[in-house]
Amino acid sequence: MSFERVQEKLNILADAAKYDVSCSSSGSNRTNKNKGLGDASASGICHTYTEDGRCVSLLKILLTNHCIFDCAYCVTRKSNDIKRAAFKVQEVVDLTINFYRRNYIEGLFLSSGIFKSADYTMERLVAVAKKLRLEENFNGYIHLKSIPGASDELMREAGLYADRLSVNIEIPTEKGLKLLAPDKNRADFIKPMEKVKNEIILYKNEKKLIKSTPKYAPAGQSTQMIVGASGESDMQIMYTSNYFYKNFNLKRVYYSGYVPISYDTRLPQIGTPVPMLRENRLYQTDWLLRFYGFNIEEILNEQNQSLDLDIDPKLGWALRNLHEFPVDINKADKRMLARIPGLGMKSVFKILNARRYRQLNWDHLKSIGVALNRAQYFIVCASNQFERRDLTSEKIKGLILQNSKSKYTAMLSNQLNLFG
Amino acid sequence: METTLVYDGTFDGFLTCVFTAYEMKLKAVSMVNEKLFQEPLFGTSEVIITEQEKANRVWAGLKKKMSSNELRRFYYAFLSENPTVETTLYQAILYVFASTKNVASDFGNVHILELSKLTKNVGREKHRMEAFVRFKLTKDVIYFANIAPDFNVLPLLKNHFEKRYADQKWLIYDLKRKYGIYYDLQTTELISLELDANFDPSKTSSAIFAPIELEFQQLWKDYFRSTNIKSRKNMKLHIQHVPKRYWKYLSEKQ
Repeated sequence: MSFERVQEKLNILADAAKYDVSCSSSGSNRTNKNKGLGDASASGICHTYTEDGRCVSLLKILLTNHCIFDCAYCVTRKSNDIKRAAFKVQEVVDLTINFYRRNYIEGLFLSSGIFKSADYTMERLVAVAKKLRLEENFNGYIHLKSIPGASDELMREAGLYADRLSVNIEIPTEKGLKLLAPDKNRADFIKPMEKVKNEIILYKNEKKLIKSTPKYAPAGQSTQMIVGASGESDMQIMYTSNYFYKNFNLKRVYYSGYVPISYDTRLPQIGTPVPMLRENRLYQTDWLLRFYGFNIEEILNEQNQSLDLDIDPKLGWALRNLHEFPVDINKADKRMLARIPGLGMKSVFKILNARRYRQLNWDHLKSIGVALNRAQYFIVCASNQFERRDLTSEKIKGLILQNSKSKYTAMLSNQLNLFG
Repeated sequence: METTLVYDGTFDGFLTCVFTAYEMKLKAVSMVNEKLFQEPLFGTSEVIITEQEKANRVWAGLKKKMSSNELRRFYYAFLSENPTVETTLYQAILYVFASTKNVASDFGNVHILELSKLTKNVGREKHRMEAFVRFKLTKDVIYFANIAPDFNVLPLLKNHFEKRYADQKWLIYDLKRKYGIYYDLQTTELISLELDANFDPSKTSSAIFAPIELEFQQLWKDYFRSTNIKSRKNMKLHIQHVPKRYWKYLSEKQ
């Protein structure tokens, strides 16, 4: 391949793909076979991190940034005056294989602008994955974008070669979608997602009867929503997210703070800071739903439509539900331990193990790694020292903020001004 | 009076020491790698010859007391080369053998907790090496990488790279500990290398490496730069994930 041409294309098409935040390379069970190249069965690996602190685990590129759509929030929209390029199928295959052999990446994440039609584009994406699997015996990770509107047959084929498929909803509300991407409709996003979901269920059933059933998208599906582009509330975002987790068995929903890329008056202007703190709070909420046993209604509801920026959502929940506390570390069940502010699931695991041998006191909790500056107001343990004052929520919040230093302090004062 | 047992630095050597301590019913005992050994002012010392059979007996004894996951922690922690790791391990082993039930996950015990922390450090370094190894293609078609990990994790890497690169020859060399693992398409072996005095591990010399190697390094560097979002720049987080001491062998950070 010609080095200079590939170099130029790579620069353009990696730059255009970078707003997709998904970087995961985990969750697959594809092992190396016939002494081929690669293995995607282990947990994911971040091979490096960019200067914005994001994980680089896959070669994340667009096949092309030519696009027939004109979505306002998207950098490759038709009306944007930028350099356009397109990879040949073989070029993507060569790049992937050579990067993989040098241990730069876990695999390929291939997306694309939509040229000609949805099916025409999807066909090219599938062709790359097929070539990697069948001709190169490549067993690394492949993440393909499902193109909205692609036919069921193509989605079926895509899942046979890819580990993960994803469609980005991008805009959390239908109203927002109408405003920013008038040529797109929700149904087009849902269709390939529905098809993949059904195929995965089918695969799991058949697998039970016939062991040699070929794998179908073993790492499941994911999606992404842009945060802060269309004036949606945290509640709208998280309820949409919850809906997709529940109805499409998604592995992940990603939240991407909107990076201003256009002077379109419908959108935040260039120079507006990326809402990174808000993004972080959304991820924390997402984790509470998936790993900590919370229901979405407990965290966001009509009375609380947005997440606090100055404290994490679990602490926010605890302050609204002081009647559930204090919790006895030596007696409480796993569910309640997980609800104590300052305890992560690793601490919960360690506490459950350690308390089988002895009653735990403050020193034990500290060496286990519990964030006592938050937890101390909510727990009792094997010690006669504990918070005896009858503190109000506001008072506790004040004490915690006073005695802790957040990495977001600087950003917080900025963003509070913005939203306040 | 304290007895110091001097061993050859291998894990089996350490386990042989544990066996000896039990056999001789030593009350006050410490174990030390022969490379770090200094004649003590007080107390006596004894050189222990590694015996596979004794080591196996200690290991088998531990195995009966805990799950294989918990057992693995003892080996991981040992590879940390921490100056007091022998004491931590020995104290944890005493505690395990003295208890009737499985106490290997009793994180309220200081030695068990310390052991789990060392394990975590070694596990993290292993994972980092799985991420940060950068192979360069040599003229004789071997994918070569040099590393200098904080802990002695090379023995833990074999499995991962064998499974992943089954169809290419590769060699990972630990510059700090002066040995490597080499896969020749059939098996993986420990090797030592005589590196040329002029060999600069952070450069890609055209005398050793294939011409195409520099092109792919350039593409990788370009990709690394293009995929960054400037308006989200966060160097603190970047350095937290990729600490500076690893930069010298990462082609994208050159």
